[in-house]
Amino acid sequence: MLALSLTRSNDVLSHNVLLEVRNLKKYFPVRKGILKHTVGHVKAVDDIDMYIKTGETLGLVGESGCGKTTTGWTILRMIKPTAGEVIFRSKKMAHSGDEFKEINVAAASRRQLRILRREMQIIFQDPYSSLNPRMTVGKIVGEPLLVHGVTHGSELEDRSRKLLRAVGLKADHMKRYPHEFSGGQRQRIMIARALSLDPQFIVADEPISALDVSIQAQVINLLIDLQKALRLTYLFIAHDLSVVRHISSRVAVMYLGKIVELAETDELFLNPKHPYTEALMSAVPVPNPHYKGSRIRLHGDVPTPLNPPSGCYFHPRCRYAREACKNEIPAYREVDKEHFVMCHFADSLSLQPVWTG
Amino acid sequence: MPLLDVRDLKTYFYTEDGVVRAVDGVTFSIEPEKTLGVVGESGCGKSVTARAIMGLVKSPPGRIESGEILFQRDGRIIDLAKLNPKGEEMRRIRGNEIAMIFQEPMTSLNPVYTIGNQIMEAIILHQHLSKKGAKRKAIDVLESVGIPSPDRRVDEYPHQLSGGMRQRAMIAMALSCRPSLLIADEPTTALDVTIQAQVLDLMNDLRTELKAAIMFITHDLGVIAHMAENVIIMYLGRIVESAPVGEIFDNPRHPYTIGLLNSIPSFTDSREKRLVPIEGIVPDPIGPPRGCGFEPRCPHAKELCKSQIPELKAIVQAHLAACWLYH
Repeated sequence: MLALSLTRSNDVLSHNVLLEVRNLKKYFPVRKGILKHTVGHVKAVDDIDMYIKTGETLGLVGESGCGKTTTGWTILRMIKPTAGEVIFRSKKMAHSGDEFKEINVAAASRRQLRILRREMQIIFQDPYSSLNPRMTVGKIVGEPLLVHGVTHGSELEDRSRKLLRAVGLKADHMKRYPHEFSGGQRQRIMIARALSLDPQFIVADEPISALDVSIQAQVINLLIDLQKALRLTYLFIAHDLSVVRHISSRVAVMYLGKIVELAETDELFLNPKHPYTEALMSAVPVPNPHYKGSRIRLHGDVPTPLNPPSGCYFHPRCRYAREACKNEIPAYREVDKEHFVMCHFADSLSLQPVWTG
Repeated sequence: MPLLDVRDLKTYFYTEDGVVRAVDGVTFSIEPEKTLGVVGESGCGKSVTARAIMGLVKSPPGRIESGEILFQRDGRIIDLAKLNPKGEEMRRIRGNEIAMIFQEPMTSLNPVYTIGNQIMEAIILHQHLSKKGAKRKAIDVLESVGIPSPDRRVDEYPHQLSGGMRQRAMIAMALSCRPSLLIADEPTTALDVTIQAQVLDLMNDLRTELKAAIMFITHDLGVIAHMAENVIIMYLGRIVESAPVGEIFDNPRHPYTIGLLNSIPSFTDSREKRLVPIEGIVPDPIGPPRGCGFEPRCPHAKELCKSQIPELKAIVQAHLAACWLYH
């Protein structure tokens, strides 16, 4: 009883949130010359805030170089953040009697990180280079269990077999090597490995981008089924907006290291509030020859994050930009219930929703 | 009369593991000023078809086995399959009358020459202009593909340009000699979606302006819906369906085409609608199925499909499918 009330008073996350990111920054120094002086910083993740609810999929979209992958990796502390907090509800570190304990991943100790690795996992984009070619599939899938001392011997083999079956592979695939499998099957192996330690949270970093179209749907369905069966929470990083719309409960849009908009999926697609979201959605080629939407064309390229524009980072490409946009960085604010936007004029702009036929 | 008429083209690769029938009897044509979309997944033979037309199949291990590639040029018809790929005539056609752009511009641009020099090379080779005239022309074409300050960019090297700009420069190079046929092999796949939209618009504008036909190769059905008038769908070295673009999307006939369309999420569908994947994987091209290549993955497969390859036949006018369901 005492423990429970103590936990409650220390809790900072609201009850349905699994992970919260606060003021997260990741700057990479840029060095030049023989003495390697730091001449500037690439602000890959530039002060972002967001939370992920237990059991949901948060989609994270944006174009190359926007910082979406760095965000995912920083949350897992595969790379160390420059500043900010990543609060995670760890079950494995909960005191007896408690359901969980809130841990700041960004400041976690080595020992804590080792435990967190079991709860937070990642699936990479490229199933060709992320599997060790010299290990059998059974070893690849079972390795995390062995490394973390969860189990060994015949029980380990048993669990590996079950994992392979869970991702739609056969138990007799155990003795084979990665090169004997197609791209889609390798991604299944990656997923089985990520699931082996029974995690709560998975960062899926462009998990289907390297796969053929006919195989993508197999992997998307698998991820959805596993989420339901195991109550997984996903951060789904992708550049394909139609896939993100399909799989996500909520979606965050990134531009030059900042989240410019975040909302519930239908809300974002039907009621976008940021001009970049509007342009991004209208640029997607729709697989329908009767498409009647109007296409918004952004001019120019994405600016370099080494030297972002003044004011709102998007203003040089924004067709609604006014004087204020050049000078002041807009605040990231909640304009509607759970609809966050970083735009001075989010309340007054009337933007075009995605074309739904 | 079609600009390009490919008849029963076969291109095989002789590898250590066996023969890969990359293109195994492909027949299609492209009318002047029209865009043909070629859709298929990796290994279906779409890029090899393009390379065969260009005389760029690496030999060995590759070889055009049989078939005709009839290209119309000044009212004459030339069979490109019979030409020596390294010969004078093929070189005159390649780059000048049939140009090609690739997915990754960085691999096709030479990093040690300026953009301008590379465009000028083609112009000088094919159009006999002076160096000065060629440079002026190079600046003009860079401007026409929307590269800002072309007079400065012309002296820059490929690495100084962004991905979208490089692809524009590639297009500029390809179009500098006003070809009658442009082969575009996944030209926007490596680009971000907002940049892709710019490049697709550019290609559509230039097509109208230059009156060129385009063979547009892609795996992206969205891009096809936006770009093509006619579409062929390829699977395992063969064409399985061929139709006008509206027919392909509204009335697909081949189970593979139907499967592809069902397996992609669409903004027009409810978010809750479950995707219907195509089961299984693409068979190994060495030792493919004896009958229809799609039979092992096909929900409608019958006994006949296992033993005999269906021919590509008209179901209704201008809509062809290679499937026993319709024969």
